[in-house]
Amino acid sequence: MVSKNLLKYIAIRAIAIYLTVVVAIYLTIIVANMGGKIDDFILGDLYTQITETVNRNPQYRSLPGPEKDKLIRQMFENEVKRLGYDRPFLERSLIYLKNALTLDLGRALFMVSDSGSRFVRNIILERLPNTVLLFTTVTVLNFFIHLFLGLYLSRHHNSFFDRLVVALSPTSTLPGWFYGIFLILIFYTWLHLLPPGGLVDVPPPPDPVSYALSVLKHMILPMASWIISGFFLGVYGTRTFFLIFSTEDYVEAAKAKGLPPRLIETRYILRPSLPPIVTSFALSLIGSWGGAIITETVFEWPGLGLVTWQAIQSFDTPVLVGITVIYAYLLAATVLILDIIYALIDPRIKAGFA
Amino acid sequence: MSKRMESGIKATIKELLTYKSGVLGIAILVFLIGLSIYAMVVLPYDQAIKLWRGSEGIWLNNPRNALPEWWEIFVGKKLPRTIILDSKTATFGVSKAVTPVAGTNIRLVTITYLFEFNYDDFPSEMNVFFYAKYQKDPPLVKITLKKPGGDTIEFPRFALKAPNDTLYYSISNDVLNTLLSHYVSKYGKINISEKLSPLELTFGKDTAEGLEKGTLDVEKGVYRLTIEATCFSEDSDLDARVVVYGKVYGPAGTDHLRRPLEIALLWGTPIALAFGLTASLVTSLLQLIIATIGAWYGGIIDSAIQRITEIYLILPFLPFLILIAAFYKLDIWVILAAVIVLSIFGAGIKSTRALVLSIKEYPYIEAAKTYGASNLRIIFLYIIPKILPPIVPGLISAVPGYVFLEAALSFLGLGDPFLPTWGKILNDARNAGALYRGYYYWVLEPSILLMLTAFAFAFIGFALDRIVNPRLREM
Repeated sequence: MVSKNLLKYIAIRAIAIYLTVVVAIYLTIIVANMGGKIDDFILGDLYTQITETVNRNPQYRSLPGPEKDKLIRQMFENEVKRLGYDRPFLERSLIYLKNALTLDLGRALFMVSDSGSRFVRNIILERLPNTVLLFTTVTVLNFFIHLFLGLYLSRHHNSFFDRLVVALSPTSTLPGWFYGIFLILIFYTWLHLLPPGGLVDVPPPPDPVSYALSVLKHMILPMASWIISGFFLGVYGTRTFFLIFSTEDYVEAAKAKGLPPRLIETRYILRPSLPPIVTSFALSLIGSWGGAIITETVFEWPGLGLVTWQAIQSFDTPVLVGITVIYAYLLAATVLILDIIYALIDPRIKAGFA
Repeated sequence: MSKRMESGIKATIKELLTYKSGVLGIAILVFLIGLSIYAMVVLPYDQAIKLWRGSEGIWLNNPRNALPEWWEIFVGKKLPRTIILDSKTATFGVSKAVTPVAGTNIRLVTITYLFEFNYDDFPSEMNVFFYAKYQKDPPLVKITLKKPGGDTIEFPRFALKAPNDTLYYSISNDVLNTLLSHYVSKYGKINISEKLSPLELTFGKDTAEGLEKGTLDVEKGVYRLTIEATCFSEDSDLDARVVVYGKVYGPAGTDHLRRPLEIALLWGTPIALAFGLTASLVTSLLQLIIATIGAWYGGIIDSAIQRITEIYLILPFLPFLILIAAFYKLDIWVILAAVIVLSIFGAGIKSTRALVLSIKEYPYIEAAKTYGASNLRIIFLYIIPKILPPIVPGLISAVPGYVFLEAALSFLGLGDPFLPTWGKILNDARNAGALYRGYYYWVLEPSILLMLTAFAFAFIGFALDRIVNPRLREM
């Protein structure tokens, strides 16, 4: 059933998407390294660090000045070699690229994961569940809220609620973190009902049930901030989307034929509108894995967004590149899978390969 | 052509005003533009930066973290204003007398400060700034305070430590001990609550019960503070400024560095408007031009543009921007340029390209081709003017996003290091713990302005969308 043309199409798409990923990751490496400028900063920092260690070490205290300098120099050069800073940036960037593409994310320059590991992979993997817990939940929730309310309003359009949602849709121009500030002000500072941030209570509750409840309690405000921010425009957008599909000629024809409304809705409105909805859902789901730097900073939620922010602050290039690599791969895989699904289910594309 | 366009714009604005959201949006926008002009006229740029960046010295007479004056409406109390009494300038209520002691070089300087305190709350702070002139021995100073009820508190004599010595009355231990022993000697054996601060003990209506419980009412009326200084040489002298800091200040309150917030609130307006509008306008126009060129020429140019757009899709926009801003400590124009560069190959390219591909086949374009119009002429005079109107609503609606982007960068401490902006106020407020300590005004004021800006453009964009896409009107 799967034609040769289709396989060829998928292969070409896969190669194109992979090349895109390569270029995007290389750009990230260049920007994250500031074209090699960051090296001076890191090397200077390294030198001071080694000098301090040597000066603090009682073993070397009796060493005369010049010999101590020689030792520091030696240690510094070893360290530079270990980190690979003795090679030109162009060469290094290509090594980085190769490592990044093979998912060999290496060690962080400065950051340490909560469990004490310096591997970028561990730093990322440790925080990813937190981000997925918060932002994937909220993305899925948002998706269903928008879908069902949008569908409901498209059936009852021009009703009071419909007009209310349309009128309030500009509230969605305010980003989630901005609502977050207000929610903290109201529910923490004023009412003292909910915690202002963090993942769990300090100290964390011992038994798993109250631990989960505590996490849930900490999730309410960040989730609410995103739900409020997306609500009116999301519902309005879905509703308008369904309305546009329900004014298509073939829907009119189905109505004229006297088909029952439920059948019209499922077969003539929902079915053709599904692919774009699934696309946007898949993309926002993947997007949610990257976390949200500002929302996570506002709520001090220990997810990938906060790691990104901390990595930027401590100029930790490998961590930044690592996050981008994983994100880029996930996005590329999603795009490719969507392409394949489209080719299989969308009759218009399918027809092209027949 | 231009005349027709002009009348088109006029007609659009007229139509815009038939929508409630359009009227509201334009009204808010006019208000914000008015605020910007006011800011630029009243407080020129250099002066604003100087005032905002100036060290605490400039604002020494302002209360710290004071509420805006209108906050009183919600509290229902008359909150104290700042009282400044200076013996160097002839302020009302201040008198100074110098009497030489016959036969010696000693001069007695007596400064009396009279001030009315009729507020429902205690002051936030009180400082006495001395300006002494002396050769060798600093003046000896004695402070006496007479409360409205007639009670007189005498503080022990002390020598100034420097010509510009300051008595931090509200946090001084000596002051506290003097006040405590004053009340102990007045009431006999009582346990004065530790909760009471020097200011409460000074401006409170003292009762034995209140002192023990730690709750005192404000004693309203005229206070009289006397500074008697003994100066030890003929040319020595003493002046002093007494500042009783209030709890409210000006139209917007002050921050942790005593700076009046209205400076940054006012100047944040033109910056936010300029940043948002420029970013949105330039990005949209460049996207339009790039997409049109790609669709018109096709071939390699088109596919190159398509590929770059796909790469942009994978690049994480916000981390990239934060990265650039964090590494370089950029000023606002470079941030603006970075934002534009990072968003020109955005999603808008694809939809515009599809539009241009269909317009390419229109008869009038065919006609232009046959009479030999150049490619650039067709692109810039025939295609772009045709597809410009539909993108205007999107352009306007995109402005808030860029305004919030700048605010978010400043909020993370990555904005322009010199400019006073709304995001920076939020950043200061967050760093000073305003969110948790309940300095509501500090967070709400910039937030409300940000919201107004966002709503203005969202409303106008919303109404324009309906004008340009009539199909939406029925929905």
